[in-house]
Amino acid sequence: MKILITQGHIIDPSQGIDGTGDIYIEGGKIKEIRVRNREQRTEGKEQRGKSKERRSGEEAREIQTIDARGLTVFPGFVDMHVHLREPGFEYKETIRTGTLAAIKGGFTTVCCMPNTNPVNDHASVTEFIMRKAAQEGYCAVLPIGAITKGQKGRELAEIGTMKHEGCIAFSDDGQPVMNSLMMRRALEYSKAFNVPVISHCEDLTLSEGGVMNEGLISVTRGLRGIPAEAEMIMVFRDILLAELTGGKLHIAHVSTEGSVDLVRYAKKRGIQVTAETCPHYFSLTEKAVEAYDANAKVNPPLRTERDIEAIKRGLQDGTIEVIATDHAPHHADEKLREFDQAPSGISGLETALGLSLRLVDEKVLTLPQLIEKMTLNPSKIMGIRAGTLNRGSDADIVIVDREKEYTVSPEQFASKGKNTPFSGWELRGLPVFTLSRGKLHEW
Amino acid sequence: MLNKKDLLGIKELSAEEITLILDTAGGFRDVLGRDIKKVPTLRGKTTVNLFFEPSTRTRTSFELAAKRLSTDVINFSVPTSSVVKGESLIDTALTVQALGADFIIIRHSSSGVPHLLAKKLRASVINAGDGINEHPTQALLDAFTIREKKGTIKGLHIAIVGDIAHSRVAKSNIYSLIKLGARVRLIGPPTLIPAEIADMNVKVFHKIEEGLKGADVLMTLRIQMERQDKGFFPSTEEYSKNWGLTPDRVALAKEDAIVMHPGPMNRGIEIVSEIADGPRSVILEQVTNGIAVRMAVMYLLSGYRR
Repeated sequence: MKILITQGHIIDPSQGIDGTGDIYIEGGKIKEIRVRNREQRTEGKEQRGKSKERRSGEEAREIQTIDARGLTVFPGFVDMHVHLREPGFEYKETIRTGTLAAIKGGFTTVCCMPNTNPVNDHASVTEFIMRKAAQEGYCAVLPIGAITKGQKGRELAEIGTMKHEGCIAFSDDGQPVMNSLMMRRALEYSKAFNVPVISHCEDLTLSEGGVMNEGLISVTRGLRGIPAEAEMIMVFRDILLAELTGGKLHIAHVSTEGSVDLVRYAKKRGIQVTAETCPHYFSLTEKAVEAYDANAKVNPPLRTERDIEAIKRGLQDGTIEVIATDHAPHHADEKLREFDQAPSGISGLETALGLSLRLVDEKVLTLPQLIEKMTLNPSKIMGIRAGTLNRGSDADIVIVDREKEYTVSPEQFASKGKNTPFSGWELRGLPVFTLSRGKLHEW
Repeated sequence: MLNKKDLLGIKELSAEEITLILDTAGGFRDVLGRDIKKVPTLRGKTTVNLFFEPSTRTRTSFELAAKRLSTDVINFSVPTSSVVKGESLIDTALTVQALGADFIIIRHSSSGVPHLLAKKLRASVINAGDGINEHPTQALLDAFTIREKKGTIKGLHIAIVGDIAHSRVAKSNIYSLIKLGARVRLIGPPTLIPAEIADMNVKVFHKIEEGLKGADVLMTLRIQMERQDKGFFPSTEEYSKNWGLTPDRVALAKEDAIVMHPGPMNRGIEIVSEIADGPRSVILEQVTNGIAVRMAVMYLLSGYRR
């Protein structure tokens, strides 16, 4: 299969590309990329001629051409924080439906958290996920292994063996390692394998019983609050442990102003720490749960206008280098339960782009800066070859109509999880084509 | 008539609507004083008490109110444990509706459940207490009692003592009393009064003596023993020493101040017997008024045009 994408506006932060050009794909790989104004030529003269000759020959008919005039071409997005729910919770999502949602949203690489059943705390589970993804996945699936066995925080999982089997990072995600000594060991031990440790920062003893942000709304709705400090305490603890150990720390889903400040401080001190946030943390406040809408229940909880502003500043100055979705699909029946009983999480893969593009409209980020946070930066943190249009890389490409306006309707999600607080929102910017490892999908 | 299908909370009511309920309750209060305490107003209607949390007082009060209005009443008690095991909340509520309920009185340990169900049900939903959110009919009967004793609520100094953070009674009372123009004081240990509540046009006191000074109404709340285990206060003895209603403290309030308690009381902890049984106590009248207020709510919701 040969594909030629012509005259699209190509943005690839990994090569500093921002201009109109063509991309030629052969054998599932990017063979050539040419950008006008910059004459970005990635192949030798002779070869280029050859491929041109071939294209003008008989085989030209075999080449599928995509006219990308008026469209924007990005490296396929990399989501370093998703929940694919398989094995164990296939009624919420499967590797097949989750990866289909991913490519529909423009993502071609997803890193899945280990809170499955069984927990991905053992190479056999990693192997299952890898095999299933190879058979049924629509895009690259890179598992994140558990830090501790059963995510219980007591014994280290076999990080080395799991890495060998395919895990690229380690996290106990929703069950944060509360024991500081265990977290220290994880940050130390993981250095041997050069893998990041991802921390869901929540002091469980402080957040106990909480279901939304603590503040006047939690008081007037009779919902138990989670103070911002429950996140900040753990952000600071883990930053200090990263400094102590020299381990690679990544802070998941930053939701508060205080956490942004702490990460900024840590970076100034030269501590190895990176951070992500999710579209809902810069798009919605705690007001979204006022009417007991469990679709807006998420952990960490939606915070305040002030936190949103701080997160935007953090994105702007590079304190937060990644936008991830924390895609957390749940069954509709579960979200229809009592608010305090309903599970936390938002199905995020299919709204992430539209919500994130708002940051460009609001001039918080330039388009290349935004794309960097969704491609190059997560790839660098995870140490993977993805999120680039470099010659020779997998043809993971998303072609977006930035002007396409649409209304979010969960019924149309490819994900099994229809749980979104953005239902009915008017967004702008949708993928028109996604190429995942060279396979073309048209939406 | 209230142009509403449901009574979910005081938050959702205007001062005029609250006053309408209180005025209507006055009429029903007279009925309850008669020899024949029943009116045919809602004959043929069906009321279901759907209680997911054990309750005797509130359920009985609603049951009597419904019977006095001539509706048929069914008690449908669902221990939360069996819900966890099987049927979902919404299925249970739809089942009750399918039995023909016109009024569904709901009590649940999770905040927001009546709100969630009201959206799914055609029947009128009345909140009989949800989690730590609201207990609107309790606040209405308290307002009714205060108004009866004091003539008006506007301008009164009303002190609420106790576990404000976990009390749905306190929350509903705060909303209603503020709406009706009272000056509300909240008294208790800082662990039991959320800091954010100060934004709500109330005055917070941690020393009970300061808070009770010159008050017209003293309302104390039941202390839940399990709060002690969670570190909200060290012991009931210490709580009682610092925040219990005693004769010395009550003497700091206005001479004609009334004492209220939503029940059930922990005698010797949040209130001593001398006060609970004393001349200022209106605790038993609160109970009687509860029936009248609940009749008024049901009657006023019955006119909603679907």
